[in-house]
Amino acid sequence: MSSALLEVRNLRVEFPTRRGTLRAVDDISFSIAPGEVLGVVGESGAGKSLTGAAIIGLLEPPGRIAAGEILLEGRRIDNLPYEELRKIRGRQIGAIFQDPLTSLNPLYRVGDQIIETIRTHLPLSEAQARKRAIDLLQEVGISSAAERVDHYPHQFSGGMRQRVVIALALCAEPRLIVADEPTTALDVSIQAQIITLIKRLCREHKTAVMLVTHDMGVIAETADRVAVMYAGRIAEIGPVRDVVQNAKHPYTQGLMGAIPSIGGAEERLAQIEGSMPRLTAIPPGCAFNPRCPKAFDRCRVDRPEPIPVGTTQVACWLYEDARAKEAVHG
Amino acid sequence: MIAYVLRRLIQSMLVMLTVAFVAFSLFSFVGDPVANMAGEDASQRDRDQLRRDLGLADPFPLRFVRFVGGVLQGEFGFSYRNLQPVARLIVDRLPATVELAVSATALALLVGVPMGVYCGLNRSSALAQAIQAVSLVGISLPTFVTGILLILTFSVGLGWLPPFGRGDTVRIGWWQTGLLSVSGIKSLLLPSVTLAMFQMALVMRLVRSEMMEVLRKDFIKFARARGLTSRAVNFGHALRNTLVPVITITGLQFGSAVAFAIVTETVFQWPGLGLLFVQAVAYVDIPVMATYLVLISFFFVVINLVVDLLYYAIDPRLRDGGPGGTGKGR
Ligand SMILES: Nc1ncnc2c1ncn2[C@@H]1O[C@H](COP(=O)(O)OP(=O)(O)O)[C@@H](O)[C@H]1O
Ligand code: SF4
Ligand SMILES: [Mg+2]
Repeated sequence: MSSALLEVRNLRVEFPTRRGTLRAVDDISFSIAPGEVLGVVGESGAGKSLTGAAIIGLLEPPGRIAAGEILLEGRRIDNLPYEELRKIRGRQIGAIFQDPLTSLNPLYRVGDQIIETIRTHLPLSEAQARKRAIDLLQEVGISSAAERVDHYPHQFSGGMRQRVVIALALCAEPRLIVADEPTTALDVSIQAQIITLIKRLCREHKTAVMLVTHDMGVIAETADRVAVMYAGRIAEIGPVRDVVQNAKHPYTQGLMGAIPSIGGAEERLAQIEGSMPRLTAIPPGCAFNPRCPKAFDRCRVDRPEPIPVGTTQVACWLYEDARAKEAVHG
Repeated sequence: MIAYVLRRLIQSMLVMLTVAFVAFSLFSFVGDPVANMAGEDASQRDRDQLRRDLGLADPFPLRFVRFVGGVLQGEFGFSYRNLQPVARLIVDRLPATVELAVSATALALLVGVPMGVYCGLNRSSALAQAIQAVSLVGISLPTFVTGILLILTFSVGLGWLPPFGRGDTVRIGWWQTGLLSVSGIKSLLLPSVTLAMFQMALVMRLVRSEMMEVLRKDFIKFARARGLTSRAVNFGHALRNTLVPVITITGLQFGSAVAFAIVTETVFQWPGLGLLFVQAVAYVDIPVMATYLVLISFFFVVINLVVDLLYYAIDPRLRDGGPGGTGKGR
């Protein structure tokens, strides 16, 4: 229907447990345009990683997609058989995980891991794939790549390993990369370099990125649009300038209490009193209501759906008037 | 690397010297071979003469030094029982035991590894749980019970396989092999299955639990996210990472198969080293017993060395000075 590269519609991720079903991602919808960088922020446990895992089809059982659709270039991918989805992973959707120290198989040379991935997806010979691997390592900023290609992961530092991981994610030229907190495990001094690298590469290769982080600073510098997640739902989503400079949702406003710098995420989140509810104890109505300074009666009863306010969508009852106005104007 | 091997060799020498000392001194005090050899009605003079001929009248340290000196030159002395050189007896019996131990270990690996992989990958399937349950029996059933049950079934009941002996053998150089005749192979079946049963169950359970552990690792998740085939993920990446513990256990088990073939060899009257040892014990045949123990310790030492070298071959993190040296490049 649209020109969106990725479209997530009413996605719901659940864990069946002995004491009932836990709904970790609850009815979220968003899309990513080709080449666009969508930042996804939220406290730990908000459902960011599960959303990413659902998109690449690697939810770990018993976690499962309970409802909704995921479309890649207009084609549904959430219900594909494993083998079909496997061909999409790496080829059309790449992934970068949090911890570069554990993302690589310690027993294989980094080059062999890249070559293996390239040859899984592209009809290249061993020699061609090797050349491509060296070029890629060079491109992600690893010096003397022709030599380093034959090194083992333990011979690289954390930052360098994350560069290798990025090369691996990009090696079959996917259209989309899901990067789940790609810098959280790194030294603060290297975080900015890695973010800059991801940003540059994706611009050059016209790769779209779903960049998961709990760091607003990274989002402000990198993303085109941002989705703020809270307790498995999207609180607010819109162009990064509007969300950062003119946050509408009370939760986002709390996050924006100070203009952030890379690495200072924890302090800022502490500015909002209280903590995010556990999945077993999500309050009725707006999940944020126990912590919200502006909560009123309705917030404790009815769940707010995303309401378009200007360029952003906000799931907050404060903006119902805006919807009413829009309805009148429309 | 070479320094390492040398260091290990020196350590091994010390281990073997200790074993030789313990074995030799133990046996020197456990009984009097002269009583056996001279017979009931020999006179005291005959006995003293025999004692001197055997060198038993000399002080213990001198006898030990003489034994070690002999061993170093490949002289293991003469058996008290039939006055043949011990080296000849060992050479005659060694092939039977080695063929039994090798075939049992090969069987344990060929059956145990695939079953372990299967159970690790499909841990909740009915077949996996059945295998898991049966393996518990394999672990807990004593070897002689397994052996007797097999004899009852396949020899006494069905009459398919011979209950004892090695069948026809063929001589290749000094090696007397049972692998080249039909009766030899048939005779090998029951003893090697008996000896393999415990190892098979052990290997299967080890591979299963290691597989389950490795499959949870980040690099497996990342390998899936790169779109590698299930085959590449499960066998290339996961199985290879289980090899180090599997090789350790296999090595030790092979050593045990040689050492503890005693029971199996006794049950099946298999003419190997174990049977030789049992006969030697009955006769207080000190040179044979001491040589047997030194030989077994030599096996273990060699196996340990091989296992260590295999670690180096498998895990690059253990290798110093791999390609590009040890450097953790920043
Ligand atoms: N295997 C699981 N069983 C039950 N709950 C889970 C499981 N995995 C994740 N969750 C829950 O799902 C929620 C979202 O997790 P996640 O997506 O990892 O959060 P984020 O990445 O935003 O920090 C968390 O509250 C977590 O407790
Ligand atoms: S809906 Fe109510 S509780 Fe929720 S964020 Fe808006 S004002 Fe606060
Ligand atoms: Mg996460």
